[in-house]
Amino acid sequence: MIDVRDLWKSFNGFGVLKGINLQMAPGTTTVVLGGSGSGKTVLMKHIMGLFKPDKGEVIVDGENVSVMSRQELAIFRQRMGMVFQNAALFDSMTVGDNVAFPLREHTKMSEDEIGAKVKEKLAVVDLFDVEQKFPAELSGGMRKRVGLARAIIRDPKIVLYDEPTTGLDPLTTESVDQMIIGARKKLGVTSVVISHDIGSAFHIADHIAMLHHGVIVEQGTPAQLRNSKEPHTQEFLATWFARQ
Amino acid sequence: MTEHAASPAAIEPAAPEAKPRWLTWIEKPVVTIGDLFIFVAQSLAAIPRPPYRFSIFLSQLEFMAYGSLFVVGLTGLFTGMVMAMQLTSAFGLFNAQSLVGATLEIALARELAPIFTCIVVVARVGSAIATELGTMRVTEQIDALETMAVDPLNYLVVPRVLAAAVAAPILTMLFNAIAIAGAYGIDVYVQDISPAAFLNRMQTMVYPHDLLNGLGKSMVIGFFVTCIACFRGYKAEGGARGVGIATTEAVVSGLIAIFAIDYIYTAISLNTASGGGMGGM
Repeated sequence: MIDVRDLWKSFNGFGVLKGINLQMAPGTTTVVLGGSGSGKTVLMKHIMGLFKPDKGEVIVDGENVSVMSRQELAIFRQRMGMVFQNAALFDSMTVGDNVAFPLREHTKMSEDEIGAKVKEKLAVVDLFDVEQKFPAELSGGMRKRVGLARAIIRDPKIVLYDEPTTGLDPLTTESVDQMIIGARKKLGVTSVVISHDIGSAFHIADHIAMLHHGVIVEQGTPAQLRNSKEPHTQEFLATWFARQ
Repeated sequence: MTEHAASPAAIEPAAPEAKPRWLTWIEKPVVTIGDLFIFVAQSLAAIPRPPYRFSIFLSQLEFMAYGSLFVVGLTGLFTGMVMAMQLTSAFGLFNAQSLVGATLEIALARELAPIFTCIVVVARVGSAIATELGTMRVTEQIDALETMAVDPLNYLVVPRVLAAAVAAPILTMLFNAIAIAGAYGIDVYVQDISPAAFLNRMQTMVYPHDLLNGLGKSMVIGFFVTCIACFRGYKAEGGARGVGIATTEAVVSGLIAIFAIDYIYTAISLNTASGGGMGGM
């Protein structure tokens, strides 16, 4: 369970998050939907413990992330995985080394065991025989899949996705959506997705929170959001549904 | 049931008060220097913290030391040859060419070798580090390390600054040796000074502490300029342009730091030596 309580954050006197309250249930996919500059990434970095809030707290499975020390955060993050917008793969390492990185850092597994685990997780994201390739040799969608394989290599309980479908063509977007749905179904993880891709959000989400200028202006199931009367939500969703 | 929150317009924060102009002029450099000192302190604190990245340290040492051999050697050769010509010409005015070798070696050991070597290190290694770490920052690779519970200071910064602290004295020794060989070649084979005259005074005027002082200086400068390069790369923001700015700032501030640290180190070492007696002075 992720519980964001009255979260405030500003940079150089400019308020980015203004009292966010949001709960994400275990085993579900929550999409935080909003335009550019709405504070989505800042919210996610608070959940990951990369930022400290000015006020408020983030509680994950009963633990307050906002007050954790460096050592506590290191232990906490071993239960989480994160897929970055551009995958954030280490470009000097092969795909295999990228996916194996968390295991080499935090476990005493043998190279044979690590190799088998890497193959297993790459298969979860439908990638085969790519261990020796470098990230630059892969397409954008494949890189995101490798990023997910790396994020789930240690079987985390929570996976965060930072704009997973931004800049992808429709077919790749569909495959990334299926990847997120598949990760939840196959692994039972709690997924948090931040995105401004309305079509993708309504495809993958159990719960959607609409973020506007640092405030959650609306939240509910996709069907509830679809019928929202909240003006910002209506305006945002109209850009997609008006075309249907 | 959907939940509505307060309208964002209702809780917009008030605009921050305008700062006085003089404060905005000095704010950025003061904040940057403060951040740099915090970064250096955090890096120093990360050195004894496990895990120890020995393989990354060795690979960085290879890049910094082995990779810089040619350029440092060439710089040392030309520096030694030019200094030999200048000193021979100047000392010839009062017929003191026999002092050229010793004078040159003192200058090389105490100042020229450590400073020129560190300039080469900043140009070659500092720029590479700032670019690499800057690219890792803007492509979120450093954030990825953090999310995988890997301390970026421990993984990226500590091996680099330690490798620089080891590589700089090694390269300074090389610079010393090649520069003196170049000077010997010019004086003995071009200026017709006898080998004995070139080498004899060197044995009586140059002391081991002159060499050790220069090596210590290069170690301290190598450590700090690499810290600065790591800091600039680590704090890069804004895509390719930001990486370019970080690289330029790493080289410029690294060069300034070389001369500033040189002054401080020299002042401290001379004061210490004069207090405790300094042979050869």
